[in-house]
Amino acid sequence: MLYFSKWKALAIAVFSTIICLMIVPSLLPPAAYDSLPRFLQRKIVLGLDLQGGSYIVLQVDANELRKGRLEQLRDDARRVLRDAKVGYSGLAIQGDSVQIRIREGQDADAALTQLRTLAQPLGGAMATTGQMDTDVSRSGDVITITPTSAGIQSRTIQAVSQSIEIIRKRIDQLGTTEPSIQRQGADRIQVQVPGLQDPSRLKALLGQTAKLTFRLVDTSMSAQQALQGRPPAGTDVLYSEDQPPVPYLIEQRVLVAGEDLTDAQPSFDPTTREPVVTFRFNTNGARRFAEATQANVGRPFAIILDNKVISAPVIREPILGGSGQISGSFSVQQANDLAILLRAGALPVPLQVVEERTVGPGLGADSIRAGVIASLVGAGAVALFMVATYGLFGVVAVVAVAINVGMIFGILAMLGATLTLPGIAGVVLTVGIAVDSNVLIYERIREEARAGRSAISAIDAGFSRALATILDSNITTFIAAAVLFYIGSGPVRGFAITFGIGIITTVFTAFTLTRLMVAMWVRWRRPQRVPI
Amino acid sequence: MRLLRIVPDDTNFDFMRFRRISFPISAILSIVALVAFMTVGLNFGIDFKGGTLLEVRYPNSTLNIGDVRSKLESLELGEVQIQEIGNDGEVLIRVAQQPGGEAAQQAVVGKVRTALGEGVEYRRVEVVGPRVSQELLSYGIVGLMLAVLCILIYLWFRFEWQFALGASIANFHDIVLTIGFMAIFQIDFDLTSVAALLTILGYSLNDTIVIYDRIREMLRRYKKMPTDELLNQSINSTLSRSVITHVTVTLALLALVLFGGRAIHSFSITMMFGVVLVGTYTSIFIASPLLIYLGVSTRALAEKAEKDAQNAANSKAERLAP
Repeated sequence: MLYFSKWKALAIAVFSTIICLMIVPSLLPPAAYDSLPRFLQRKIVLGLDLQGGSYIVLQVDANELRKGRLEQLRDDARRVLRDAKVGYSGLAIQGDSVQIRIREGQDADAALTQLRTLAQPLGGAMATTGQMDTDVSRSGDVITITPTSAGIQSRTIQAVSQSIEIIRKRIDQLGTTEPSIQRQGADRIQVQVPGLQDPSRLKALLGQTAKLTFRLVDTSMSAQQALQGRPPAGTDVLYSEDQPPVPYLIEQRVLVAGEDLTDAQPSFDPTTREPVVTFRFNTNGARRFAEATQANVGRPFAIILDNKVISAPVIREPILGGSGQISGSFSVQQANDLAILLRAGALPVPLQVVEERTVGPGLGADSIRAGVIASLVGAGAVALFMVATYGLFGVVAVVAVAINVGMIFGILAMLGATLTLPGIAGVVLTVGIAVDSNVLIYERIREEARAGRSAISAIDAGFSRALATILDSNITTFIAAAVLFYIGSGPVRGFAITFGIGIITTVFTAFTLTRLMVAMWVRWRRPQRVPI
Repeated sequence: MRLLRIVPDDTNFDFMRFRRISFPISAILSIVALVAFMTVGLNFGIDFKGGTLLEVRYPNSTLNIGDVRSKLESLELGEVQIQEIGNDGEVLIRVAQQPGGEAAQQAVVGKVRTALGEGVEYRRVEVVGPRVSQELLSYGIVGLMLAVLCILIYLWFRFEWQFALGASIANFHDIVLTIGFMAIFQIDFDLTSVAALLTILGYSLNDTIVIYDRIREMLRRYKKMPTDELLNQSINSTLSRSVITHVTVTLALLALVLFGGRAIHSFSITMMFGVVLVGTYTSIFIASPLLIYLGVSTRALAEKAEKDAQNAANSKAERLAP
C-alpha cells in the first residue's frame, strides 16, 4: 500500500502539476493568451454574476405559431380548391383547425384527395414514421384541416433554429464581446451578453419580429369610415406608431416584402437632415417594386413593420432603381436599429422574453472580491486548524488540499467552464470536504496504532481501510452533485460543476498525493511511533 | 509538539440510550417544521413565484426610503416590497407578478426605472415570467426526489437494505427540518436554496455513510456483540473524525457566511444550518439508532453470507452439471 515505484511517483507528480498549470492561460492578459498555441487556449469563463451583463430567455410564441400555420393552411386550401375547380361556400379558421364547406356533395371526395396533398410527412419525404404534420378529415360535406401537435412541435423546433441565426446577426451588430446564444429546451433561446448593463435596447432588438412589407393604401374610403362600417374585402386597418395612433386602411396584398431586401443602412435625408434608413432591393424585389410604383403613381403606399405603419408616402414617380428610403421621424439610434433589423431579416415567429437577469458590473466586482476573501479566509482557517490538530501530517493535508484546489481550477479551465459565485461557494465547500478525506485517513491510522500495530503497519492499514470509506461517501455526494448539474441552470449549474469536479479531485488526491507524501516521509524517517 | 486533541481517545458515550431523547426531539421538531411549512409557508423568491427584483444603489447617502416607497406606490403595481440592505444606500425592490402574462412582467422594469429617475445605479435586475417560474419550481422538486432516489439505489447495492432505508429516513428528516428552518426564519427560497438543500442532502449522507461503513465493518468482525453496544462503539470510534471534519466544514462555511457577500447569503446560512446542525446530529443520533429498529444484526448478516455462499455453490454446481 505504501510503496510507490519511482515511475509511479513521478507520474502522479507530473500529472497533478500539468492539471494545476492549466490555470495559467486564464491568468494571462488577452494579448498573451491569443498568442498561445491553439490547444492551450482554454480558460475559465466568468459567469455574468461575476463580470456583469445580461441574460435573457426568449420563448417562441406557440399561439402565434399555430395562428400563422392556420392562416397558411387556409390560404393553401383556397389555392388548391381553386386549382381543382371545386366550389366551396365557407372557408374559415375555426378554433384550432380550418373548415371548408364543399358546395356540391359529389365534389367532396375529389376535394379531400386534393387537400390531403397539403399534409407533409414529418421529418421530410424520406421519413419512415408515417406521421404527418397535418390531419385532413371529412364529415359529410365539411372538410376539416388540423395541424397535428407533432407538426406544430417540429415547426417550433425549426423556428427556434432559424431565430437563433437571426438573433445572432442582430446581436453581432451591437458590437458587444462574446455574446452567447443557445437553444434551451424545445421552444426557448437563451441569450447571454456579458458587459451589457441595460438590456432594454437588446430586448427591443429581439422583441421585434421585423417583418417588413410594402403595401398600397386603400383610398376607396377613409380609415374612419372603415372602422365604423365594414372594411372592404382584402384590406385591414393598421395603425401608425404615433401618439395617438393614426389608423390607415391597408390592402392585404403585399407589393414587396423584407425578404427581397439586400441591404439597409442608416443615413440622413439630404434635404430635411432627418435620420432615415436607405435600402436596396434584390433583382426580383426591384422589378416588382418598379411595376407596382409605375401602375400606382399618385396613390399612397405604406411601409409596414410588424403590422405597424411606419410611413405612408404618396408615389410621386415610379421607383425603378431598386432602392429607396424609409423616413418616419426616427432618432439616430432608432434608424440604426431599424437598419440592423432589416439587414438581419425577420424572425419566423414572434418571441417573448420570459426571463431576464441583469447584473451591474459594480455588483459583479463586489461579488468577486467577496468570493476571493471568503475563499482565502476559509482556506486559511481550515489550514491553521489542520496543522494545529495533526502537526506535520496537517501540513501534508494542507498541501494536498492546496493542490486539490489548483486542480479544480485547472480542470475548469480545460473544460472552458463558467465560474459563478455559487461556483466559488462550491470550491470553499470542497476545501471543507477534501479535508475530511485526510481526517478519515489520519483518524484511522491513530486507531490502528492504538490497537497495537507498529507505526508503519498502522499507517498502511489506516490508508487501506479509510480509502474504501472515502470512496463510498464521495460517490453518494457526487450523485447529488450530478443531479444538481442535470436539473440546474445558470448559477446553480455553476455550483454543481465545481462541486462535482471537487469531489473527483478530492478522491484522486486522497488516493495518490496524500499517500505519496506520507509514503515518502515514512521512507525518509522510518518512524517508530505514529506522530498524530 | 503538543497537538490539539478535541475528542479524547477513550470516549465511550452511550449514544444508543440517548435515542430515547433524540427520537422524541426529532419527532417534535419535524412536526414544528411541518406546521411552520403549512401555516407560515416558504418565502418563495422570484425564481419560483415570478415577478421582478431590482437592487439599486443611491450614491452618497442620497437614499430616502420614504421617497422611494411613495414613488413606487404611485405606480400601482400591486404588492411591492422595499427593503434597505446594508448601510451603503442599497435598496432591494421586489414587485409581485403582474397579471397579463410575460409582457406585463417586462414592463415593470421600465416603469420602475422611470419612477426612480436618473442618478441611481442598477446593480441587479431580475424578471421571471409566470411560465418559467412554474417550470423552475417543478424542476426543483423533481430534482430533489431524483437525487434521493439515485442515492437510495446506490446504497441499496452497496449496503444491505436496512442501511439504505435508514439513510433515507435520516435524509428525509434533514430536508424536513431544513425546510422548516427556512419557513420559520423566512429565508428566501429560490434556485440557490434547492442547491443548498441538495448539498445538505449529499453532505449529511456522506456523514451517515462514514458511520455506516464502520458499523458494517464491526458487524463482520464482532459476530456476538449486542447490536446497541456495537452501534455505540462504531459511533464512538468515528467520533473524533466527525468532530474534526465538522469543525473544518464549519470554518469554511463561516467564511462564506461572513465574507461571501449577500448574493449567496441565504445559501450559506441554509448550508450552515443543514450541514452543521442537522447533518451531524442526524447521522449520530437518528441514522445509527434507527438501525436497531430496522433489524440490523450480526445474525442477519451471517445468514446472508451463508445464503450467498450456498447460492454461489449452487450456481457452480449448475455450471458443472451438463
